[in-house]
Amino acid sequence: MAVTQKLRDGAWRVVELITTPVVPADYLDVIAPLRNPTVLRARIEAVRPETAKAVTLELRPGRGWQPHRPGQYVRLGVDVDGVRLWRAYSVSSAAGRSDGKFTVTVNAVENGVVSSYLLANARKGMIVHLDLPDGEFLLPERRPAKTLFITAGSGITPVMGMLRSALHELSDVVVVHSARTAEAVVFGAELRDLATQGRIRLIERHTRADGRLKPDALADLVPDLFERETWACGPGDLLDDLQEHWADAGAADRLHIERFRTVVLVAGEGGTVTFEKSGLVVDSPGGTSILEAGEAAGQLMKSGCRMGICYKCVLPMREGIVRDLRDGTITTASEVDGDKPLIQTCISAAAGPCRLDA
Amino acid sequence: MTTLQRKEVNPIAHLSPEDIEQIGRELDAIRDEVLAVRGEKDAKYIRRMIAVQRRLEVGSRAVLLFSVLPPAWILGTIGLSIAKILENMEIGHNILHGQYDFMRDPKIHSTTWEWDFAAPAEQWKHSHNELHHKYTNVVGRDNDLGYGIMRVDEQQKWAPAHLGQPLYNFINACLFEYGIAAYDLELGRNLASKRRRNNPDFRARLRQVGRKIRNQMLKDYVAHPALSVPVGLAFGNPFGAFFGTMAANAVANVVRNLWSHSVIMCGHFPKGVETFERTSITGETRGEWYLRQMLGSANISGSKLMHIMTGNLSHQIEHHLFPDLPASRYAEIAPKVRALFEKYDLKYVTGPFVVQVASAWAKVFRLALPNRKPARAIDHTIPPRHPAEATV
Ligand code: FES
Ligand SMILES: [Zn+2]
Repeated sequence: MAVTQKLRDGAWRVVELITTPVVPADYLDVIAPLRNPTVLRARIEAVRPETAKAVTLELRPGRGWQPHRPGQYVRLGVDVDGVRLWRAYSVSSAAGRSDGKFTVTVNAVENGVVSSYLLANARKGMIVHLDLPDGEFLLPERRPAKTLFITAGSGITPVMGMLRSALHELSDVVVVHSARTAEAVVFGAELRDLATQGRIRLIERHTRADGRLKPDALADLVPDLFERETWACGPGDLLDDLQEHWADAGAADRLHIERFRTVVLVAGEGGTVTFEKSGLVVDSPGGTSILEAGEAAGQLMKSGCRMGICYKCVLPMREGIVRDLRDGTITTASEVDGDKPLIQTCISAAAGPCRLDA
Repeated sequence: MTTLQRKEVNPIAHLSPEDIEQIGRELDAIRDEVLAVRGEKDAKYIRRMIAVQRRLEVGSRAVLLFSVLPPAWILGTIGLSIAKILENMEIGHNILHGQYDFMRDPKIHSTTWEWDFAAPAEQWKHSHNELHHKYTNVVGRDNDLGYGIMRVDEQQKWAPAHLGQPLYNFINACLFEYGIAAYDLELGRNLASKRRRNNPDFRARLRQVGRKIRNQMLKDYVAHPALSVPVGLAFGNPFGAFFGTMAANAVANVVRNLWSHSVIMCGHFPKGVETFERTSITGETRGEWYLRQMLGSANISGSKLMHIMTGNLSHQIEHHLFPDLPASRYAEIAPKVRALFEKYDLKYVTGPFVVQVASAWAKVFRLALPNRKPARAIDHTIPPRHPAEATV
């Protein structure tokens, strides 16, 4: 064992030498982008429009993928106009497909750069970057006797993943789903099918005609509301309302929610900059570089040219918004996307609160 | 305020400080135009360039497995030389500048890229991006200028050792990658005293260079030659195969060294390029910095292929003005930059490769000898100083 391991390591070292200064996988990437052991990617194998504003992407994940659990999301890294942007999308397919593929369903988000790009440009054969599935919006191993799903708009996506995976193990299922119109219901046909087969009780609410769903109205629709283990996904204000309602009823522990993107970053002038590792918090004015503000407050920071040309001063931004002092370009980062763009602190000024990984 | 090289004629005497700031604003506007369109096209370009380079390298190395056969040796050596040049110049230099950092692709990023060159990327980024590009052509601060071993300006005191500088320059050209590694380490300065020699930071950097060079050497002079031995055996000439491939790699490295050295010499050495004195470039405004880049760089004219093979350093002027913009955009903005030079009556130094190389070498030879007549002590500054002040 030890000898073969040694031989293996030795042989690998030789292969590495052959390709130094890059790693062998970098050459492999040119021909087989899904085979890279350190960079997880996926190929789009099919693109299926669901509604006018939603599209399902069937993905073949590359090496290193781990199957998802129903209800989880994955982060996709998509090159939009040459820039890699990361967004989280719920997995909409059943878990454990034998072909190893999975689907995500992308819903158009207002001013959403990535969603609109995918809706317009996703094609079979396209390569996207991928992260391992994540999220705690899950059905328990011991399936509940009675379940309720409350969803609105794109919030149906993770729930569809759950239904497709586990409906056969659930006996009493109610789905309350809100969408603007009947046509706007993503997976509408499939849901209605399940309802006619009697496998779920489907309550559709079309908000353009009937107005938004209020939690008070739920009791009429689902009389045994609080006896049910409930999963809810949709816009923030709906979830806030539901949480309050369930808490008032003393049933908070029966409600499980999944929030999508919450922060909307708007560029302002200056902001507090938090250096997360050192714990330093600095008030950084709009006209001052983060480098100068940080140094003035005693943060140890690397810098070189201090004029934006050497990239020595870059720090990862976990969350926040900055403005390039030279040309006004805005860069944002948000925790949900999990992307930490490197910002040049010497020419970036805070344009809102920022948290830096330093 | 930057003091220009003392020359008979001050090339910027006609510019007022307001002119200089206006030049800065106009250059910023050109930069903004590129930023507005920078995107997918640039990402595609660099990815394609990397793919082409990797295919060419793998192909050439595959051909060199048959290095016992002379035609294969020649073909493989040519291919590998081109692959190495592309890797260093259009790909390595430009990625390490952060020109493609905007893509947010960790694989093509200045913080992660490593190149096929003796100098480790990290150290090179320091001496090139932080020092050379900031202190361009400032004698004593910009090590690219004569690499600390040559006399590059009439004002520098002549010493008999300078007689040898054409030879040093030639040796440096052949061994360019090691020369760069040495000056990134500031070897001359750091070996001078015991205290500096034992400085742990210097030692760490020395080890880093050592590791890099060892790996590079093992690759080119051991691993790949060994790969061609089986084919050599089949032809009954295993040693010929081993040493043939080794020689091919050595030739490719030297070709790459000579080429990049020449291109870089053309960037800051030909006639008409200004050098600057160290006097207080602190407090230099953005406009003044831009102006120094304009006066301190020279272009090479030529075909698209020429531009690619030089990593677009043939647009050295544009590169020095906008070192962080994708180099493949320089050709596009060059006419606008040139028009700006004309508008402000500045000399846009450019010429064909051969002429520029010859001009740079002529300077190396000329300055190897003492000045024929004493250099006139005229003080030229950015911005131009009042005559009364200038006599100080
Ligand atoms: S210090 Fe050089 S880019 Fe910021
Ligand atoms: Zn450069």
